[in-house]
Amino acid sequence: MRGRPAFYESYSQELALFNTRPKQVGVGVLVVIAVLMPFVLQDALLRTLAIAFVFAIGALGLNIVTGLAGQVSLGHAFFLGVGAYTAAAISGDPEGRTIGFGIQEMWVWLPAAGIVAAICGVIVAPLATRLRGLYLAIVTLGLVFIGEHVFREWSDLTGGAGVGRTAAEPVLFGFNFSESSASFSRDQQLYLLMFVLMLVFALAARNIARSRVGRAFSAIRDRDMAAEMMSIDLPRTKTLAFAISSFYAGCAGALLYTISGFFDPASFNLLLSVQFIAMVLIGGAGTVGGVIAGALFISLLPTLTRELPAYVPMISSQVTQTPNVFQVEQILYGLLIVVFLLFEPRGLFGIWVRLRTYWKSWPFSY
Amino acid sequence: MTDLLEALLRGLGTGSVYALLALAFVIIYKATRVISFAQPAMMLTGAVATSYIAPAIGFVLFTGLSFFISVALAALATAALALVVERLAIRPMVGKEVFVVAIITIGIDIAIRVVANGFIGLGARPIGFPWGLDRVELLGLQVQIRHLVMMGTVAVVVALLFLFFQKTRYGLAMRAAAFDQEAAMTQGVSVGGVFAMSWAMAGALAAIAGSLLATGAGVDRQLWLVALAALPAIILGGLDSLEGAVVGGLAVGVVEALVGTYQREYAPWLGDNVALVSPYVLMLLVLLAKPYGIFGTPEVRRV
Repeated sequence: MRGRPAFYESYSQELALFNTRPKQVGVGVLVVIAVLMPFVLQDALLRTLAIAFVFAIGALGLNIVTGLAGQVSLGHAFFLGVGAYTAAAISGDPEGRTIGFGIQEMWVWLPAAGIVAAICGVIVAPLATRLRGLYLAIVTLGLVFIGEHVFREWSDLTGGAGVGRTAAEPVLFGFNFSESSASFSRDQQLYLLMFVLMLVFALAARNIARSRVGRAFSAIRDRDMAAEMMSIDLPRTKTLAFAISSFYAGCAGALLYTISGFFDPASFNLLLSVQFIAMVLIGGAGTVGGVIAGALFISLLPTLTRELPAYVPMISSQVTQTPNVFQVEQILYGLLIVVFLLFEPRGLFGIWVRLRTYWKSWPFSY
Repeated sequence: MTDLLEALLRGLGTGSVYALLALAFVIIYKATRVISFAQPAMMLTGAVATSYIAPAIGFVLFTGLSFFISVALAALATAALALVVERLAIRPMVGKEVFVVAIITIGIDIAIRVVANGFIGLGARPIGFPWGLDRVELLGLQVQIRHLVMMGTVAVVVALLFLFFQKTRYGLAMRAAAFDQEAAMTQGVSVGGVFAMSWAMAGALAAIAGSLLATGAGVDRQLWLVALAALPAIILGGLDSLEGAVVGGLAVGVVEALVGTYQREYAPWLGDNVALVSPYVLMLLVLLAKPYGIFGTPEVRRV
């Protein structure tokens, strides 16, 4: 229907991957811009963006279980850790200080990290499917603490607290992305790699949301009892949601530390989980575009606050002085979550929807 | 045998503080149906406030008394802070999804904790507790004075809470609002006032708990993690049960102390500091058997 993009003639049309032309064009333009970025931006910023893309993969996973299926999980950091250690162990040096099998190819360690994390998700699920709401949040929080303990103590695998181990190497068919090649620098390559991977994971997430399973997730979120009446098997569907979400988390964990090359067992703490929750909620729970925007926003926040001392003379950039950048960053971070949820509970995506409606219905405000 | 009894006493000591923290969580939960993740920040604020007030008034009065007075003052200050937080960030969210409110409290927690940490400084800050880690001999057992102080203080506070809920009209209003908000409203109970009061009480309880916990090693930046150990306690007892919170808190304290005493001997392969995670393991085990805790009300769903 020309000129009437919101007029659907069939369900398949409404459920299409990009159900309107502007969406198709918009996503295309954004992708082109993102691909051109490495030739414009400096390496330090590219590296931050690459990390942001990996965070986006993890947040998309949390979005499946929390945004789509409505099961609040504070345990995302645990699954991230499982993925990170699986990948590091598979690709690690067999002669090294920590466990390693020396298989460096990414197409081996990346799916393996996801699958091991997903298995952990399935093991936890029987507890999780019996609980609802805040009980579930607290139980998954317990998971983070138990996981942190295991990571800290199992020093053959993790290198132990305060020491850490090297992360997996991003090698694909013999090409190592973390070594500068003739035409690209290390950060440019990693940026492109992470961007492509994020696109793949985002497409998959969108497709899961469109599929039968994804619609079952939303049904459970909206009213679990009604979903049950429509012959949706609650325990099985919830377990599936946990498994998919953990798969994403495992992959994100495996990729995250390839950028810095090194990681410590203390990384997988409650704060990391909260960061993911913040990405999903600030971005817009249940939406793919919103969650990616939320992940970019939260990951770029430190870069923005680092600029503050130049403008506000009171804030110092020294750790030892009291109003310093790191404290301001943390406070801003906490307050942003509060302010966002107070004024726009639907997050960045909600702001976008409001803007869109304003322009679409202009000059009528209703 | 002595080892076991001493471990039990230690456990009951810290357990009574956990019970206090758990009560704070449960009071907020019963009034607003939200778990406040801002409690760790409130606890830290209370402990930091005590560490500043105690030296200021310590030289006027004799040993011990000044500590308790400063704890009471710190509890009042923290209650005031909790009131402000409740009014600014929680009240506007009445009727919104509980999970969103819970995440808001996490944001508040992060922000307040950074400020409180700024007042601690780099190392641990002494809190002005006159006996420190001193021990006394009691029926042939070595007990730290601070554990006895913890048990005593908590017993007094819990008794006062019980009297408040049973005998005063405000306590009655809070019980009514927890039972059915709309019905309470029609009887003239100010539900907003109940929300505010629950936050203030929880803030004060957390401040007392924080000050008691810091009596040993002083206030440091890791203290807030202890407040989260009260979460297994409330899950054990059931989210909406005050008795459950007390029992759960004591149970968590005792299990932690027993694991801390015997794990190295019987299960060394578990590594160091297992005691710190044992409450969470206990919580998982109990939930496998009873999904709504020991004293919690199972959720009744109407079709």
